[in-house]
Amino acid sequence: MTLWEIFLQQLFNGLLIGSFYGLVAIGYSMVYGIIKLLNFAHADIYMGGAFVGLIALSFFADSAIGNAWLGIVLSLLISMFLIGILGVLIQRVAYRPMLKAPRLSILITALAVSMLLYNTVMLLTHGQFRPFRTGLTHDSFFVGALRLTETRVVLLVAAILLMFILHQFVTRSMYGKAMRAISLDRDTCQLMGINVYKIVAITFFVGSALAAAAGVMAGVFYGTVHFYMGFFIGLKAFTAAVIGGIGILPGAMLGGLLLGLLESFATQIPFIGSVWQNVFSFVFLILFLIFKPTGILGRAESERM
Amino acid sequence: MSEVILELRDVETRYGQIYALRGINFQVKKGEIVTLLGANGAGKSTTLKTISSLVPASAGQVLFMGRDITYDQPHSIVEMGVIHVPEGRMIFKELTVRENLELGSFTLKNNAERKRRIDHVFEIFPVLKERHKQMGGFLSGGEQQMLAIGRALMTQPKVLMLDEPSLGLAPILVQTIMKIIKQINDEGTTVLLVEQNAKAALKLANRGYVLETGEIVMDGNAAVLIKDESIVKAYLGEEKHPD
Ligand SMILES: Nc1ncnc2c1ncn2[C@@H]1O[C@H](COP(=O)(O)OP(=O)(O)OP(=O)(O)O)[C@@H](O)[C@H]1O
Ligand SMILES: [Mg+2]
Repeated sequence: MTLWEIFLQQLFNGLLIGSFYGLVAIGYSMVYGIIKLLNFAHADIYMGGAFVGLIALSFFADSAIGNAWLGIVLSLLISMFLIGILGVLIQRVAYRPMLKAPRLSILITALAVSMLLYNTVMLLTHGQFRPFRTGLTHDSFFVGALRLTETRVVLLVAAILLMFILHQFVTRSMYGKAMRAISLDRDTCQLMGINVYKIVAITFFVGSALAAAAGVMAGVFYGTVHFYMGFFIGLKAFTAAVIGGIGILPGAMLGGLLLGLLESFATQIPFIGSVWQNVFSFVFLILFLIFKPTGILGRAESERM
Repeated sequence: MSEVILELRDVETRYGQIYALRGINFQVKKGEIVTLLGANGAGKSTTLKTISSLVPASAGQVLFMGRDITYDQPHSIVEMGVIHVPEGRMIFKELTVRENLELGSFTLKNNAERKRRIDHVFEIFPVLKERHKQMGGFLSGGEQQMLAIGRALMTQPKVLMLDEPSLGLAPILVQTIMKIIKQINDEGTTVLLVEQNAKAALKLANRGYVLETGEIVMDGNAAVLIKDESIVKAYLGEEKHPD
């Protein structure tokens, strides 16, 4: 391969992985923005999404739907919906009673929720890898010098589409505007007649549903799912959220894509290779925390009168 | 006299063990401008926060149009038509002027009506129209106050509660704001005005109450209060230190 071909290939790979990071990062960022919680359970929500998708898919595979993509899309939507509800329930049962408690209490609660989800799935699956059978073919084709498969193209397009829809929702709809307003000043939102708890619930729904989508897409992409699949992507997505500026949605998407590209290109550096990929990401995170802790799009907290 | 729209009965509010309101009683009648005066720390802001339920009362009752709203959620009180413009304006500095106004009418489902109300606010405050795409934080203090009032008007409130709208404004702007409050009142909105600028507030108001360390120590017609020596001494020309 020529350098140009390698470049194109890594660019595509980076965008694809980065868009997964971005989808998960959005949930971290939204929840942090609105209730200032680092939701440790978010990575497990992603994992849960993959498993719900797997279960749904097994139903469609047995029935006579015929078209593999149709089954995947339906499974994705079902998983997004159910995991969205799960996110809302977790929020209602575990986090809401802790909102007025000291910050550390809710953080510990989030850890507990994470362990609960993780261990439940571990027990149910006996800690084993599960194949994610999609029935898709893996024939590749070329666009210029770039070698692609249908699966990868569809996944990238779907991830970008989801981010676009989210962006429209957050910038255009009244609920989206209320979300941004709550992250700026919660008390004043109440004085506008905004039911803050309702908006927080919607935020959890949207963030969890996007993580579930990423989980299902990761299942399609890697072909297997397992109970700790959320661990690394959780760390990466969190890194992406911080790099982009936590609490800022375009930042989470940007951070995700950037991190994906960075890792993908880093594997091409002589002597570094893919074994060092994770090290590379976290070095990047540390550099950001030292030199620009508010992230790319973050500004220093503006002073209020 | 016309009907009572807002009433507080023996309202007590505490922050932990500190009593900020020690059993206050007052009434606001439909169509009035009532002003609540008092020095720093007297409990003026707490009174408004208690009515809007940001800080719930620990005892007593808040009645709106005869209905007990003491323990209602803040958002449902707004939906009933009681709106509170907090001290220090509290506009969303990182949202645009237009978005600030839109959020003011969050409870409204009808987008056409929302647009109509924004246009109405722009009529009252033309400067906001010129700057509708700007971030709220880039407005001057006076403009921010106008935005805060405009945002409150988006709900078409029955009772508008303003917490020190003249705070930190040049005298000429204070006059403008007071004039606009009068205009809003003339259009039918009842106003509860918290002020330290007693002179400006009493010129505008029908009646006034004076708060001192959580208790009402004086009340009466604005025209009478404005001539009262003790109020003049205590509150006229007193400068508030920014906090
Ligand atoms: N969040 C709070 N926690 C504890 N005490 C508070 C809190 N807010 C107000 N207080 C106390 O309650 C009392 C009344 O405060 P409030 O803000 O109502 O006064 P105010 O009349 O609005 O004063 P100002 O003119 O300075 O705005 C004060 O003694 C104040 O220190
Ligand atoms: Mg005050």
